[in-house]
This record gives sequence, structure tokens and C-alpha cells, in this order.
Amino acid sequence: MFKKILIANRGEIACRVIKTARKMGIATVAVYSDADRNALHVQMADEAVHIGPPPANQSYIVIDKIMEAIEATGAEAVHPGYGFLSENPKFAEALEAAGVAFIGPPKGAIEAMGDKITSKKIAQDAGVSTVPGHMGLIEDADEALRISEDIGFPVMLKASAGGGGKGMRIAWNADEVREGFQASKNEAASSFGDDRMFIEKFVTQPRHIEIQVLCDGQGNGVYLGERECSIQRRNQKVVEEAPSPFLDEETRRAMGEQSLALAHAVGYASAGTVEFIVDGDRNFYFLEMNTRLQVEHPVTELITGVDLVEHMIRVAYGETLSLAQGDVKLNGWAIESRLYAEDPYRGFLPSIGRLTRYRPPEETPDYLPGVVPQAPVVRNDTGVYEGGEISMYYDPMIAKLCTWGPSRAEAIEGMRQALDGFEVEGIGHNLPFLSAVMDHPKFVSGDMTTAFIAEEYPDGFEGVTLDETELRRIAAACAAMHRVAEIRRTRVSGRMDNHERKVGKGWVVTLGGARFEARIEADRDGADVTIDGEILRCESAWTPGDTLARVAVSGEVIVLKVGKITQGFRVRTRGADLRVHVRTPRQAELAALMPEKLPPDTSKMLLCPMPGLIVRVDVAEGDEVQEGQALAVVEAMKMENILRAEKKGRVSKVNAAPGDSLAVDDVILEFE
Amino acid sequence: MKDILTELESRRTEARLGGGQRRIDAQHAKGKLTARERIELLLDDSSFEESDTFVAHRATDFGMDKERPAGDGVVTGWGTINGRLVYVFSQDFTVMGGSVSETHAAKIVKIQDMAMQNGAPVIGLNDSGGARIQEGVMSLAGYGDVFQRNIDASGVIPQISVIMGPCAGGAVYSPAMTDFIFMVKDSSYMFVTGPDVVKTVTNEVVTAEELGGASAHTKKSGVADAAFENDVEALAEVRRLVDFLPLNNQARVPVRPFFDDPGRIEDSLDTLVPDNPNMPYDMKELIEKLADEGDFFELQADYAGNILTGFIRLEGRTVGVVANQPMVLAGCLDIDSSRKAAKFVRFCDAFDIPLLTLVDVPGFLPGTSQEYGGVIKHGAKLLFAYGEATVPKVTVITRKAYGGAYVVMASKHLAGDFNYAWPTSEIAVMGSKGAVEILYRSEFGDADKIAARTADYEDRFANPFVAAEKGFIDEVIMPHSTRKRVARAFASLRQKRQERPWRKHDTIPL
Repeated sequence: MFKKILIANRGEIACRVIKTARKMGIATVAVYSDADRNALHVQMADEAVHIGPPPANQSYIVIDKIMEAIEATGAEAVHPGYGFLSENPKFAEALEAAGVAFIGPPKGAIEAMGDKITSKKIAQDAGVSTVPGHMGLIEDADEALRISEDIGFPVMLKASAGGGGKGMRIAWNADEVREGFQASKNEAASSFGDDRMFIEKFVTQPRHIEIQVLCDGQGNGVYLGERECSIQRRNQKVVEEAPSPFLDEETRRAMGEQSLALAHAVGYASAGTVEFIVDGDRNFYFLEMNTRLQVEHPVTELITGVDLVEHMIRVAYGETLSLAQGDVKLNGWAIESRLYAEDPYRGFLPSIGRLTRYRPPEETPDYLPGVVPQAPVVRNDTGVYEGGEISMYYDPMIAKLCTWGPSRAEAIEGMRQALDGFEVEGIGHNLPFLSAVMDHPKFVSGDMTTAFIAEEYPDGFEGVTLDETELRRIAAACAAMHRVAEIRRTRVSGRMDNHERKVGKGWVVTLGGARFEARIEADRDGADVTIDGEILRCESAWTPGDTLARVAVSGEVIVLKVGKITQGFRVRTRGADLRVHVRTPRQAELAALMPEKLPPDTSKMLLCPMPGLIVRVDVAEGDEVQEGQALAVVEAMKMENILRAEKKGRVSKVNAAPGDSLAVDDVILEFE
Repeated sequence: MKDILTELESRRTEARLGGGQRRIDAQHAKGKLTARERIELLLDDSSFEESDTFVAHRATDFGMDKERPAGDGVVTGWGTINGRLVYVFSQDFTVMGGSVSETHAAKIVKIQDMAMQNGAPVIGLNDSGGARIQEGVMSLAGYGDVFQRNIDASGVIPQISVIMGPCAGGAVYSPAMTDFIFMVKDSSYMFVTGPDVVKTVTNEVVTAEELGGASAHTKKSGVADAAFENDVEALAEVRRLVDFLPLNNQARVPVRPFFDDPGRIEDSLDTLVPDNPNMPYDMKELIEKLADEGDFFELQADYAGNILTGFIRLEGRTVGVVANQPMVLAGCLDIDSSRKAAKFVRFCDAFDIPLLTLVDVPGFLPGTSQEYGGVIKHGAKLLFAYGEATVPKVTVITRKAYGGAYVVMASKHLAGDFNYAWPTSEIAVMGSKGAVEILYRSEFGDADKIAARTADYEDRFANPFVAAEKGFIDEVIMPHSTRKRVARAFASLRQKRQERPWRKHDTIPL
């Protein structure tokens, strides 16, 4: 076996590979840019080599720098992770020339699958079902229109070199083809430097389902079931699962066998993924093949008990695949939630900064990739740590939280609790959104398409509204917690003997627009909280100051993120963010007299999106501004952020001047 | 006998109704609670013992003898907050607008005297239209009596003012001399002269809210320590503050059970200070990670943000915190921040509350506005306050400690008990760039030479070890163990006693 391998990547995937390498007794070499000097993958690896400045095009994707690191450390093989150099044939070539093993497929397979048009042709030849469409390159809009009419609307216009949704458009009629073709072509030219376009049928009710394959290049290969990745936002996967709730055994086998046929056709070795689009009638069409380890590979590992990275390393070393198709058994259900540093309340804007708190839920001890789970599993693949920095240079994904359960329902329930117990502070992140998905009826029933997010959250995400039963449970838990905190307050020194404060039994809890009257009878192990005649038994190890409360409410565990507010708590759970007030009946009666103060209308203001220094204000009072016009520049963390007008308007007031130091949501400009 | 008892009940009932239901409703309509409702919220359930319920004024002019309501516009007495004794007066706006008469003032004076005698805080809930004009100089005499008690009680018992309605004219000077002023947003204001007078004298048109509302005093003047959304929240937060305070200057700081390991390690603090010395970071994160249960009662949060002041607990005991905030003006000292911190340091020293100082200070803010404003004298207040403080003083330098500001910030030279430094600290006369410009003026044109000199200077001074060699730093500590080190330091200082020579009082540069 290899003695030492280099991981040409960063973040969670570098950490993931190091874990398996360590299990196999292989020494590891990390590479890092200036921004990653203190990163987790650097700390985990046996050795680390600095490869340049933060931007990836000056460090992680510079082949020469990786080659120098290999030479300096004597690594015998390279695992490329995903992204960066993982599907770059030139990199595979350079390694080959240097006599270093590439832990990935042969160069030829990468090249063959790297181009959308070529790969589709090869797939067709290998007997893989493909989307009806025009395989050739398209010259102009007229030709595009003619082809579209042949295929039948709707059609999808796609850039050959496309990805991430760029250079991609759906056209429902002739006009849209004409407009979309040129726009996509321009986008492709500017994004990829390659404006080749093709057209295919647009599949309705599409689901994204992909097959994991593993081959050794010696004629052996297996498929390891599928993953469904239909929960996507702008083609960025958010939630994945394995298996798919939609496939039947027959379709699975057909997809698996076709995928293997394709893999063999290109002489594939290593782990790879064949992506399909599946319509409402379970017709499946080849999309593309990813010649690398996928981000969402853990769900496959969880249901198969196969360590994909280990097999990749063994195959790269020249070993024969130790698995036969008959060995592959799908066991239980696994879900992956991608934790992104994106603020769901601000249109999923990337958020950067310091992780002042980062406490993932407790992972299942003893679980390692390659183990077949027997009991529910929580697995968190991450590349960050508390006190670390989320920088603007790389992917905003900070962790992949996976849960496994014997059934889909159990995996989902495990995920709900794991998300509730995941503490992330200091940056905006999508945890509440992920929680919302886990409780969404369409997701729970498995009835989803790739349009799930766009259709269910057309105006973005505005938090979750919990139903009364859930609010009642939270109210009971908070009442019990508040009572404990209040009793502690009465134990302060300096009190008048025999005239101590008695903490009462009756409380009024208000949260999320609801009001509950609670009566607490506490004992040694917990409290009976009576609300509307119903006794909710609350038991918890929570003590004042704990930021996480696991409370068994009548036997059902709820997990609350708890912060202190006046007379109560800020509680975050299940995607909701609640201000929970717990008051004595008299306090509540008087609090009800207080005027409700509505937050100021900020729709006509330009707010500072982050703490920072005003570098420039580009407009003056009375100026007419157009949508998209630059209004001001805020420097935060040495970065100049240009703030633009969201809509047309006239500036009525300028509240900030260059040099001012502003906090989040400070008003910079007001509009008429 | 029965009749007499009944009469007491009916007189009490009448007194408790203050200015009557109509005025109570009007008070509620303004989003304000009544004087008695406020006391209910401030004190523990059923703990209020009222005194002077039946006091009535003695005025006769202007037909005043026709209306002599029981209590005379202020409710006074004592009660408990979490079982600890406090004295309270609460002005009743429903009774003659809460105006201050001779007898109204006498009621306040009575509880001030009781509080002094029995060593317990006084909490004043202010909601008054001002002097009772019908009483003329008797009213002013009343104010004067209250002022004198405020002065006598200063540094003896904590005095807390909550402004919950108007507080104008001479009336402002009683709160002004107390230790804490809290306000209620949108329903309270305080000013020496109101908008009408302002208009007459200066032609300036301004609303009461703009002139003396919660926003003006928490953000611009720094007169108020905090403002809260409404009466209920304000009173709950005053209870929270009282939990931090000793009852008087002879009492120990309160201790309460805590659920936080004093030895808790915070690895994330090792990365708090950014690699780039010009990058800010949030000092509040350090305070919250040091404190028991992350609980920080911040004072003057919206004023002079370049310094942070407030209370935390360590091992359940109150500690006052002063910290430079690199997020605002790089954490430098200036007029406002010096005054803000000096006031806080003196309060803590007066009441035997140990002081924790967290230092990241590049120096004093330069400029004509600072010099003309008297930064020399104002900066000296903080220096003086630290130097005269005899309470346990523990200091942690996280990054910059430059120049005179280093000495000011509870350095070893001002009788600091423990001065710790993180490995990231730089204790020097000034930053390397400035120092090299002065030391090597002749080489100024030569960029290479200057760069080399700067690097030399950094090697020599951009660390805590030069100061540690001299003993000015007691120990260089790991950031992650700061809570443990600081908690242990304070634990060792619990019996600290330091005497000062006799003097009538000092002559702090006011």
C-alpha cells in the first residue's frame, strides 16, 4: 500500500480523506493557501505544505504548486477530493508523468466525460438512456429554433462547458429560444470562455437521481445504489438522500446496469457518479458523469457500509476490487444536509466571518465510513472549527450533516434533532432552512422535484411558523426552565433571612403569537407543567446558562437553542426563531398593557449588511438612483463591498459619511 | 373597633387609587404603568412595605387646601429583590402630575435616610412634571434635601434612577448624582431646559424626544446607562442589575450558585486576535466567553463604543469589566471613553467590586477636537480612577498596549494585582511604524532600510516578553485558559485589603 498520499484539496473533503488514510495507516500531506494556514485539514494532516495566496487560481488549482508539494514531501499518490483539480485531465497527466498515482479515474475517462456533448454520445453508444436532443453544436438562434421545434417544447438551452446553472435556460416557445440562446451563449463565453451551445428536451417533474459506481479498471465494477438530490437551490444541492424514495427495484437495477456499462465503456477506474434526470413516470435520462468523489458520497457509505475513499485508494494502488455486485446491500436510509454559510433570511447571501460558536451535534461514536450501521447514526463531515474563519475565497459549505436510520422516517427524525442541536454563531447560515425542509410535508412524503425550493419558497425563506401543539410543548419546556433560573436567582447571598422570595407555580408563557397559562408542580426529576388541563411532563438536564436544552416533554425529546432575553428566552428550534416570555400572571397582565412597537419599515432604507467602515458614499441627498446602481462602499474585513440600489428611487437622506464605522443594519441612506 | 378597621381599609383603597381611575387609564394609554404597578414589577411578590401612605401636602395657596390626596404623588417604602433589601420611591404621575412638593420630597428623604441607616440600595422611579409651582420655594427646598441625601449616600449605598416619564429642570440633578440612570424608550425624557425655553432662547426647534429622549441620552450625551423598550422590561432589567450589586459599601459582592466550570477552556480564543494587527475583532466575544454562563450586563452600550463597561460574574461573584473595543475607533481612548470608564471604575472601587480590565489600546485619539475638549484632563480621570482603586485588579492584554494608554489601562504601574498578557500582545511606546519614523528620521527616504528597521523594532517590541522580563507582566498566558487564570487570580485576591493615607478626599481632575 501507499506510504504517503497528498490531498490536493481543503475543507471537509480533505479532512474526510485524511480520516480514511489514517485508518489505513497511510501518512497524509495537506496543502494550504494563506487563508487556510490554521484550517482543520492542515491540523489533521501529518504534514502540510503552503502553496500560495488565498485565491484558488493562485494556489489550489495551480498544478505546478501541487507538483512541487508532492516532490517536497515524497507523496506517492494524490487524492484530489472534488472541485479544484479533481476533473482536470492535465493534472492527471502531470501526475502520470511524475510517476505519482492519481486516486481517481484514468485521464481518458475524465476527458471523455468532461464534455457534455461527447459524454452524451458515448452514453448513447453504451446503451444509456439519454434526453432527446440535438447532439451537435448549434451555430445560431435560427438553428436553435429549428431544432427546438423538432424536439418539442419545452427545451433546455445549455452551454457545453456549463455548470452551476450558468449558461442554462429553459424555453417554452419560439421567442424564448431566440432570446435565451444569445443570452446563454454570452454567459457561457464570459463564464467559461467557451460559448458552444446545445439543446435538449426539458424534462417535466424532474428529479435528480444519481448512481454511484466503483470500478477497478480491470473489468470489475459495482453500482452502489442511488442518491436522490432533488432538493436544490439554483442547481446547488442542499439535501440529499439514499436511497431515493421514488425508485423501484427494477428502475434502480436498470439505472445501475446502464451506469456500469457507461463506466466500462470509458475504461473507468475509481469511484464515479452517473447523474440522471428522472421524470414523473420514472423515465430516466443520462445527464452527465462525474469522474470524482461526490460531495454527497456519505449517504451512500451509510446505506452500503462501503468506505468509498478506501476503495478509491486501493484501486489506485492497483488492487482488484474486493466487492462484487452481490455484496452490495442497501441497508436503511441516510440523509445529508449541507450546512452553508448563507443567510436564508437575506436571500441566501453568502456570509463570511468568524465562527464564534461552532458545536455540531454529537457524532455517533465508533462510526466510521465502511461500517454498516445498526442503530441511528449522526455523522458530520466538516472542515471548520469554533473560532475558525469562513473566508470569501472558497465554497460556502461548512459541513455536511448526515443521519442514518432504519427507515426514511427515522433518518428524517434523526436529522431534525441533529439540526436542532447544531450550534453555529457568528455568521449567517442555512440551519433554519434545513430544519424547515425536514418538516415540509412534500419532503416528508418524498414527493419532490428539483423545483421543490423554487416552488415552495418562491419569495425566499422567512422562517418557520410552528403549530399550536409544538408551541405548547416549547412553552411547557420554557416555563420549567424559567422556573429553575428564577429559583437560582433567589439563592443569591445577602438576602433577608426568613423573607426569601418564593417562586410561584403559575406562569404565563407567550411565544409566536400564542399565550399559554401554565402551572408547574416540580419534583426531583422534573416538572409537571399543566397547560389547558393537559399535563406535560418536562425532564431535562438543562441548567441556567446552557445554550442547548434537550427537554423530554411527555417523553418526546425537543432540542432547543436557548439564549437569554428579559423575562424569558430566545428559542431556536425546527427552523423557528421565537421570543418566549415567561411571566407571572401579574407580570403578564401588566406586560399586556405595554404598547406593541413595530420595527421601523426598512424597505426604504439602505442598511449596512455587515459591521464595517464606510469607504465611500456615491450618492447625495436628492439624487435619483437606478436599480443596481452603486450607492456606497463598505469595507469589512479588508474587503470592499459595493452596496447597490435594489430598486429605482430618490435619496432623501444620507446618514453616513466616509470613515464612519457602522454596525449591521445601521441606516446608511433613506429613500423617498 | 370594627368601624375603625374598615375606615383604614377604605382610606388605603382610596390612596392606592392615586389620581383616580380616569388618570390611571390615561397613564396606561400612554404606554406607562402606574407608580404602584411599577413597584409590583420591581419588587418580589408581596414584599413591598409602604410608608407614608397617608402623607398629604400642607399648601394652602391657590386653593391647594381643597385637594389633598393621600400619598402626595409619590409611593415610598421598602421591599426585596430576590430576597435582598432595597428602598424604593415611585413618583405617581396620576397625582398632580407627580409634581414635587415639600411633603413629596420629605417622603423621598425619609426612605433615603432609612436606606443609609440600614445599608440598602435606593431605587427611584421617576415620573414627575417637576416642582409643584403652587408651593414655590418649599418645593425647591424639597429638591435640595433630596440632592443632599444623594450626595451623602454616594459611595455608601447604590443609587439607581429609572426615568419612566418626564424629568425636567432641576429634577434631573437627583438622578444625575445617582450611580445608574435607565430610561424607557419613547415614554421618558430628561433635560435641564425644555423645548419651549430652547426655542425662546436659542431659536432652536427641537422635540422633547430629540432633546432628551432615551436615544439622545444613551447615544449622544451618555447620561443614561441603558434604555429599554417599555416599563416591564426596564424594571425586570433593574432587578437583574441589583442581583450584581452589593447592598452597601461594607457588604461583600453578592454570590450566587453558578453552573459554569471556572476552569472552562475556550479554544476558540486562541484565534480571536487576527493575524493582521490592523484587523478589528469583537472584544465582547472575549467578555462573554470569560463570564459565568456568558452573562454580561453591559452599561452605556451605545455610547463611547470604543470602550466596554459592565458586570459579569466569575465563580458566581460579581466582577466589573472594562475593555477596549477594537471594533470602534480601533479601541483607542478619547474623551468620552475615558469618562465612561472612569465613572465605572470609581463605582466598582466604591463598592468593593473587583475589576477586570481587557486591553487592546493603540493610544489616545489625536486631533484638535480632542485637545480642545480637554482630553488631557478627561484621560487623567481614568488614570486617576485606576490608580486610586484598591479593589482586586486583574488585567489581560490581548494585543496592543501602546504608550500612555498602556499605563492608564490598569497596568502593573497603577498597582494592578495581576497583569497577564496573551502571546499576541505588543507592549510598547507606540506602533513600530511610528517609532521607526522617529528613531531613524535620517533614513526616511530609504524604503529598504526603513523596512528593516521596522522589522527590527517589531521583533524587539511586538511581543509581551520585554515587559515580562521587567516584571511588568506577571505571566504570559494562553488565550484559551484566560477564564481559568482570571478566575483563580480573583479567587486569590478575595481577602485583599489596601489602606490609603487619610485625606478629606482626593482632588480628581474633574
